[in-house]
Amino acid sequence: MNTALSWIKAYVPELECTDQEYCDAMTLTGTKVENYERLDKNLEKIVVGQIEKIEKHPDADKLIICQVNIGNEVIQIVTGAPNVKEGDKVPVVLDGGKVAGGHDGGPLPEDGIKIKAGKLRGVPSNGMMCSIEELGSDRNMYPDAPEFGIYIFPDDVQVGADAVEVLGLRDTVFEYEITSNRVDCYSVLGIAREAAATFRKPFIPPVVEVKENGENVNDYVSVEVQDTDLCTRYCARVCTNIKIAPSPEWMQRRLAASGIRPINNLVDITNYVMEEYGQPMHAFDLDTVAGHKIIVRRAKDGDEFQTLDEQVRKLDKDILMICDAEKEIGIAGIMGGENSKITDEVKTVLFEAATFNGANIRKSAKRLGLRTDASGKFEKGLDPHNAEAAINRACQLIQELGCGEVVGGMVDVCQPMKDEVRIKFEPDRINDLLGTEVSVDDMMDIFKMLEIRYDEAANELIAPTYRQDLECCADIAEEVARFFGYDKIPTTLPSGEATAGKLSYKLRIEQKARDIVEYCGFSQGMCYSFESPKVFDKLLIPEDSPLRNAIVIANPLGEDFSIMRTIPLNGMLTSLATNYNRRNKDVRLYELGNIYLPHQFPLTELPDERMQLTLGMYGDGDFYTMKGVVEEFFDSVGMKKKTTYAPEAGKSFLHPGRQANIIYDGKVVGYLGEVHPIVCKNYDIGTRAYIAVLDMPLIVDQATFDRKYEGVAKYPAVSRDISMVVPKNILAGQIEEMIEQRGGKLLENYQLFDIYEGEQIKEGFKSMAYSITFRAKDRTLEENDVTGAMKKILNGLESMGIELRQ
Amino acid sequence: MKEKLEQIKAEALRQIQESDALDKLNEIRVNYLGKKGELTAVLKSMKDVAAEDRPKIGQMVNDARQEIESVLEEAKNKMENAVLEARLKNETIDVTLPAKKNNVGHRHPNTIALEEVERIFVGMGYEVVEGPEVETDYYNFEALNIPADHPAKDEQDTFYINGDFLLRTQTSGTQVHEMEKGKLPIRMIAPGRVFRSDEVDATHSPSFHQVEGLVIDKHITFADLKGTLAEFARELFGEETKVKFRPHHFNFTEPSAEMDVSCFKCGGKGCRFCKGSGWIEILGCGMVHPNVLTMSGIDPEKYSGFAFGVGLERIALLKYEIDDMRLLYENDIRFLKQF
Repeated sequence: MNTALSWIKAYVPELECTDQEYCDAMTLTGTKVENYERLDKNLEKIVVGQIEKIEKHPDADKLIICQVNIGNEVIQIVTGAPNVKEGDKVPVVLDGGKVAGGHDGGPLPEDGIKIKAGKLRGVPSNGMMCSIEELGSDRNMYPDAPEFGIYIFPDDVQVGADAVEVLGLRDTVFEYEITSNRVDCYSVLGIAREAAATFRKPFIPPVVEVKENGENVNDYVSVEVQDTDLCTRYCARVCTNIKIAPSPEWMQRRLAASGIRPINNLVDITNYVMEEYGQPMHAFDLDTVAGHKIIVRRAKDGDEFQTLDEQVRKLDKDILMICDAEKEIGIAGIMGGENSKITDEVKTVLFEAATFNGANIRKSAKRLGLRTDASGKFEKGLDPHNAEAAINRACQLIQELGCGEVVGGMVDVCQPMKDEVRIKFEPDRINDLLGTEVSVDDMMDIFKMLEIRYDEAANELIAPTYRQDLECCADIAEEVARFFGYDKIPTTLPSGEATAGKLSYKLRIEQKARDIVEYCGFSQGMCYSFESPKVFDKLLIPEDSPLRNAIVIANPLGEDFSIMRTIPLNGMLTSLATNYNRRNKDVRLYELGNIYLPHQFPLTELPDERMQLTLGMYGDGDFYTMKGVVEEFFDSVGMKKKTTYAPEAGKSFLHPGRQANIIYDGKVVGYLGEVHPIVCKNYDIGTRAYIAVLDMPLIVDQATFDRKYEGVAKYPAVSRDISMVVPKNILAGQIEEMIEQRGGKLLENYQLFDIYEGEQIKEGFKSMAYSITFRAKDRTLEENDVTGAMKKILNGLESMGIELRQ
Repeated sequence: MKEKLEQIKAEALRQIQESDALDKLNEIRVNYLGKKGELTAVLKSMKDVAAEDRPKIGQMVNDARQEIESVLEEAKNKMENAVLEARLKNETIDVTLPAKKNNVGHRHPNTIALEEVERIFVGMGYEVVEGPEVETDYYNFEALNIPADHPAKDEQDTFYINGDFLLRTQTSGTQVHEMEKGKLPIRMIAPGRVFRSDEVDATHSPSFHQVEGLVIDKHITFADLKGTLAEFARELFGEETKVKFRPHHFNFTEPSAEMDVSCFKCGGKGCRFCKGSGWIEILGCGMVHPNVLTMSGIDPEKYSGFAFGVGLERIALLKYEIDDMRLLYENDIRFLKQF
């Protein structure tokens, strides 16, 4: 909402402050000033001058030499403007002065344009006459300005006067951010009331007295509201003998400052009252209203209606319409119809000020794709009392501005209004909530400024009807806080029972995961939770896979953001691809993010949100690097049992021969592998990429931060190396399982130290060598301890078809 | 005898003087002091010496021996030092050659900001909890005093799954989950992902993060809210940081406020960063609305509390001077490595 400060001051005449003081003070009481701009910015040394004499320039056809009286002297100005004549009063910027912009109306330069005396084609010129564009405005806001050339003042302005002042530009426009609860502040009067309270100055609203012409409105029009649920009040008044003319300067200036283009007196009055009271009004040409009857009812599905912007709109049964005896003439609260539009020939005007259901207007405007100034105000839910005040104000202005006569009386179809809101006055409770010691007297002062009345007998506060946001003690506390000053409320820390600060166990494990994978070189990425259903095809996920049962967003931003991910790989692969595409080398990324697994369709309970630790990399490193990271992480969260890996994990998106489920304590807790070359291609990753995914809920179940010291070996270990020729299909994991099974209590450790396939080894076999270490905790091992254990191991290995090389 | 000893000694010392390697010194030791060495030979020939002269000669032999030994030792030390020095000299490396790094990965700036926030509040006795990202309409709106048909629902541009389920638009629903547990007092923060249907651009993302805060106890005041958040701001942005509370409106708090902090770039003088105002808007907060308390089963006559919500991306963008929000979700390693 934009409003000139001069308009506010019209209702708070004693208000005196700088623009910055006003901005700061209003913001601190809750009427946030987003911005303010002085209208006279870069306008310096500009006065009203009168052209006394015009001569031709001796050396230029398009230039003229003007002698301009600027009050105390006559100066010579050379101009190329086509529209001036002797006797015209014009804005003149003097030598050393400034204007805001060029005459072409382009963007205004930050520091304006300096004007200096000089010569034009050899003739001295001691200033410049200004167009409205040079004064920083345009013809939208000054409809009386000529299309080309110098702005010409009306005859009655005084020569030598401050032209900026005469133009109404000695003013500042403030832009406010009004919160949605303060419907009353979407109006100049509402803001002025806040300003008065903020600066503790009297608030003097306009005195509305309507001089009527003795006729009776009921002889002109009748109103019937059929759908009273959507229209709680409909006020109608009639003005006759309308004479369309420009509205007065002061009204034009106020509207222009609010960003509203002045049109004519009638339109300007409705706009003015809408700004002033926050109550949208509509004016119908009564001669176009069939039967001189207004009916307020819902439209029918499929009806069509042409609004006054000449667009044809499709209606439905939830859209409220204003109709006459025969037809629809306006969409209630949104826009009038082409068929009842006011023209310059209008004789009799029907004013409407109504209160419509806010939610209905909001939804209708959304469905129609037609959000107007009026609907924007209605949708917040207006005070029905305001309709009457506003329509009377409009009639007063019609009469006062000589725009027409006001017919006596008002047609008022009004549903019973809500009772006044009464709130128990509990000053101690207010102070307890705020942590303050505001006295009852001070509170009462604040209430008085805000027109909150106090019923002493009942000890109740009565909220003004326009303050629909006041319902309970906390609301009253906010009023006290706002005007006591948020900045004056002390700062303390909560007392009371101490609580232990901590992270949930899950979050601690996640923190550990971040630490470890980062030590392993992985940087943290973040990916969206929603993605395209095409992802499943990109990942080669079979048609019948349950992964395809993803939650679908009903109103997504687009197909690419339309389903909640059931697998975390798309984000990771997309990120790897981004890096690959930008030629980043050796990339390692990880993500901790949820997947969303629905229990059933349609959704009737919350889905299973499972945190996934996803690792992805390309460049330096391979499958076993990834495996190493997984095991480092398991170690760090106390998962000390042996992790095993089952190949052929059934992941369509991974290399069939280079994938494995990660199994811990008999449970599949994740998987890893090389990304399938087709999937790499689908993502435009032109190199081998590796991923690992860990299901964090299962990890959290297994993880522990408990540690126990097991002693440091005191007695020496004995190692034996074995070298084997192993059938190719036997996995290292199987050999290790055998070593563990047979090694007995003395087995401490084993390590693969050589693996080889090739020329010296017969077809279908590979050579493998392990170093096996034995140790006893309580003694030095004897030769036969080790020999016994080794023998069992070797027998076991031989039974698998493994040949031992001596 | 005496002359002979002197001669041996002189010869030994001369040889030591002339020797230029450790093995030569060793040779000298063997030749003079060894079992078959010359001094040993002198001792062996003692039997030819008169008995009364023997102690004297013995003493002379020992003296000679000691002198040779000490000179030998000295020569050896010198030579070893020289060898060590030569080695060290030889082993000089170019210390400016590249480091062998472990190439440790980097945390996402959001996470760094979050961990800062967590550290501060955990230190003040807050528990860090989480809530679901797919939420019910009840927890996201209704229980937060935003009834059906309320315009606030439109303002937040919600992604819906169906009429009852949606992607949460704010972490505030976690307040309700926490209060419904019925354990008082509450001091919690709840970080998490939230969703709003904003098109992706430099300042918007359909998915971002908030940290919700909630304190419920007896006698919690607006002054406590101010004190707590002022402390938070000082910890996060520096000891000199000032805060300003402005009235605002949220359905689930009353009174409500927005908190600005003094610009940490210019210290409040006004700069490009704070658009000349000297202040930067950081978070929304307020006293928990009595309707919210009641709906969550807490008696507003007995308990009060405050709540706040802060945008993590906003903190990260401000703190690390990141000029485009899209960078946070692109995962370009050259971006991530800067944190």
